[in-house]
Amino acid sequence: MPSDLTVRVNGQPIAVPAGSTVAVAMAIAGQPCRTSVTGEPRAALCGMGICFECRAIVNGIPHSRTCQIPCEADMEVSTDG
Amino acid sequence: MGKYSREQFDVLVVGGGPAGIAAAVRAAEAGARVGMVDENLAPGGQIWRGGPLETKHPPAALSWLERLKASGVTPLCGQRVFHQPQAGVLMAEGSDDVYEMSYGTLVLATGARERFLPFPGWTLPNVMGAGGLQAMVKSGLPVRGKRVVIAGSGPLLLAVASCLRQHGAEIPLICEQAPWNKLARFAAALIGYPEKIVQGFRLRTELAGVALATGSWPLAAHGNQKLEAVTVSRAGKSEKVHCDYLACGFHLVPNTELPVLLGCKLRNGYVQINDFQQTTAEKVFCAGEPTGVGGVELALVEGQIAGLAATGKMHAGRELFSKRQKLRQFARLLDETFGLRSELRSLASPETLICRCEDVPYSRLREQTSWRAAKLHTRCGMGPCQGRICGPATQFLFKWTPDSVRPPVFPARVEDLAAQPQSVPPATGDAQ
Repeated sequence: MPSDLTVRVNGQPIAVPAGSTVAVAMAIAGQPCRTSVTGEPRAALCGMGICFECRAIVNGIPHSRTCQIPCEADMEVSTDG
Repeated sequence: MGKYSREQFDVLVVGGGPAGIAAAVRAAEAGARVGMVDENLAPGGQIWRGGPLETKHPPAALSWLERLKASGVTPLCGQRVFHQPQAGVLMAEGSDDVYEMSYGTLVLATGARERFLPFPGWTLPNVMGAGGLQAMVKSGLPVRGKRVVIAGSGPLLLAVASCLRQHGAEIPLICEQAPWNKLARFAAALIGYPEKIVQGFRLRTELAGVALATGSWPLAAHGNQKLEAVTVSRAGKSEKVHCDYLACGFHLVPNTELPVLLGCKLRNGYVQINDFQQTTAEKVFCAGEPTGVGGVELALVEGQIAGLAATGKMHAGRELFSKRQKLRQFARLLDETFGLRSELRSLASPETLICRCEDVPYSRLREQTSWRAAKLHTRCGMGPCQGRICGPATQFLFKWTPDSVRPPVFPARVEDLAAQPQSVPPATGDAQ
């Protein structure tokens, strides 16, 4: 098992296996990735960068497709919208 | 703007799954300068996806990935093609950089995605694609002790179930919409495909004790803020099953957006090709799922033919025709077996969202007459996925067909769209 690293999801520290994607960290945290245009919570659907449901704010950059971004130590992630 | 790089190739392959790897390897082994661009972080595509928790590849994957390493192919991973600014040049965008790639010959191996059908509750967090959940698990998501219902259609469902079980998930139910008699005919026809029989037996052993319902499909997902249970139709009755995840996919749809943008004609929704995998667009070849959803073995053969033909090795390519012919029959068998039943057209309620990007409900879409009218009047298909999810759904629900693909083929950063290509395409005639 690879060693863990910690990222912050909506302010909460989350330990993930090294190499995990940001979408995984958000799922472990139980936090939605984004809020839809009518206010629904949404999270990853396709897991392969096509559906754009997993976009969130990663290190200040909005609309980041979290299923395609590997976690880095001390990353700050928050729900988009 | 981030780092700007330019690369020039005799043969450029778009897509790093089995078809793309096979094409790139054969072209490079023929002596061409080959680039392989893929949006994932490592070669392998969806079926041979690696990750922190997934180190076990099947032997075929290991041998192709090793051959790729030895072949001298330049892999450009984490780069998504978004635009063709001029003939013979493609642009790709990474997390903080942009690539300009010029080529003599292009091989498109853009793969397939899952088909999603809308039903009440399908937008809840933890309702995911079957392949989608598998990709997340391979990317580190722990599912040990989680209850996962798998529903939809196609052989992928069983492969996903097996993978999730190996990672400790409990699978209370697999719902396959195809009826039992079609699946029985499918199983009988596998006699001509020994490698598929081996896969089938392995899956059967790995899934011992898991309930597989045929003629069964999801009716509604329930939960407050996230999934808690799913109601399925099973043997004509509805049944509620509590679960942590619903992994849902109704077979696969080919990724034809980039081929269409580059001028490749489609036939019955697939990229039209000749015997040498050449499309109707000049110097553009296509291999794998975009030419017909047929699985990994067919993708490998088609990729090899494309890579050989792209480098003028017609004789070697021709030697693979009979193998391809047999595997294409398997693709037709898949289409016949996992065709969608008409009951699935009535799953959505008036409030069910069909377009997840723009939150457009079924009630607003059923008044529309075409995909184009729906886009103009409701914004369906106008969000960031550009209709990749709701397009195939509306095609099934309303028989609409998407009418055009416009650049950029994926949303891209403004500064990357504004980048001016500096390449002069390589002299033509030397690559084929």
